Formats: sequence, C-alpha cells, structure tokens
Amino acid sequence: MNQWAFVVGAYALTFFATGLISALSWRAMRVSEGRARQVADRS
Amino acid sequence: MHRFANPARFLQIARPLTGWLFWSGLLLLLIGSGCGLFLTPADYLQGDTVRILYIHVPAAWLGMAGWSGIAIAALMQLVWRHPLAAVAGRAIAVPGALFTAICLLTGSIWGRPTWGTWWEWDGRMTSMLVLFFLYLGYIALAHASARQGSGGVSPVAAIFGLVGAVNIPIINRSVVWWNSLHQGPSITLRGSSIDTTLLWPLGLTLLGFTLLFGGIVLMRMRAILAHNKIEARMQRLARG
Repeated sequence: MNQWAFVVGAYALTFFATGLISALSWRAMRVSEGRARQVADRS
Repeated sequence: MHRFANPARFLQIARPLTGWLFWSGLLLLLIGSGCGLFLTPADYLQGDTVRILYIHVPAAWLGMAGWSGIAIAALMQLVWRHPLAAVAGRAIAVPGALFTAICLLTGSIWGRPTWGTWWEWDGRMTSMLVLFFLYLGYIALAHASARQGSGGVSPVAAIFGLVGAVNIPIINRSVVWWNSLHQGPSITLRGSSIDTTLLWPLGLTLLGFTLLFGGIVLMRMRAILAHNKIEARMQRLARG
C-alpha cells in the first residue's frame, strides 16, 4: 500500500475545499459590497 | 464588546483585517504544510501517513472552535442583543461545517492505511459526525431566517447553536470516556506525547488555518452586512 497516495489525497482534498470556500466567500463579499455601493450612489 | 456593535465601526476594523488574516494565514499554512510534507521524518510506526496530522488536527480544531464561536455569538444575541452576533453566527456556519467535513474525510483517509478501515463507529468519530449534522441543521435554520428578512439568524437558530454546544466537551472527552480506535489526547496542558521533530509544523498549520478561517468569516460577515444594507435601502425606496 503506497502511503503517499493517501497523504496526497488528503492534502489535495483539504486545499481544494479551502480554496473553494475562500474564493466563494471573497466573491460574495465583493459582489455584495459592489451592489451596496451602486444602490447608495443611486439613492 | 458593545463598542463594536455599530456595523460601521466594525467595518472600519474588518476591512483592513480581512486581507491581513487571510494572506498571513495562507502563507503560514503553505509553509507549515511544506515543512510537514518534505522536512519532517516519517513516523517509525505510521510511516508517511503521519503527515496527514498537519491538516487533520487544524480541521478538527476549527470544526469545534467554529461551533464554540456560534454558541458565544448565540449567547450574545439572546442576552445582550448584540446586532453583529447573529451575523457572526451565520458567517461561521458554512466554513465550520466545511472544516468538520475535512476533519472527517482526512481522518478516514488516515484510518485506512493505519487502522485498516475507513470508518469505525467509535466515540470520537461518531461525535464529530454529529457535529457535522448539527452544522447542517444550523445552516438550514439560518438560511430560513435570512429568507424571512432577518439579517442574521432567528432566536430559534441561536438557541439551537447554544444547545448544540453540549457536543463540544463530548467530542473532547470521547477518547477518555470510551474505548476507541482513535488515540487518546496527544497534546494537553501538561505537554505533548508527539516528538518535537514531528510536532513543530503543526503549530504553523494550526495558526495558519486559524488566521485563514478568521479571514473567511470576516469576508462572509462583510457580505451579509452589505446585503442587509441593500435590503434596507430597497425597502426605503419602495416605501417612497
């Protein structure tokens, strides 16, 4: 049993999931703050 | 704490802090992981699978710390009616659930070559799985209260967050209370049973993941606050 296959799998899963939540949270923040600025400018 | 009850004052601090937490966390995490993968020796018994420890332990810590944060936020929401507490609770839920899932999955990947099984219904693993389901329940309740127009979470979700905190000491003590495949506590206030040649990168990944988690929570809080601002303005415009 190649132990490195398990190690690489665990790290790949962790970094993929962490990257995904970071990107989604950053995008949600940018989109919401951008929209809030637009609405504030309009009113 | 009430000094930060004003969202405008909170945002003044949160805006610069978000980037600092996120990027310093990411840097520490990458250095710690690199050191854990390539610099530390393999364990004499577990071999190279011991390297999974550097991501599994921080994920477990964040899963439990996340729910503790939800419980503290719930208490502040229910007792002191702190306006940002509900927003914080909602912002913690998804990253907390994700790191609990990472903890379960990396533990399972570690268990296969080490114990010869992907899963065992023992105290530690089962209580951690219960925590994951608690997160899912909290996310559903928080989502429902957000759809009803509340910016954060409803009092029902806050009470759920408080009651669910009973699982945290159970997870922590499970390896002491029940016979378990999972090893006993390796790091206590009295010291560590892990050799220092293997232990030091864990400090880097623990701190790195924690800072990164803080950055992600701040991003999500800022998104919720901006969304609330839009909703409030649209309602004002609709009323004329």
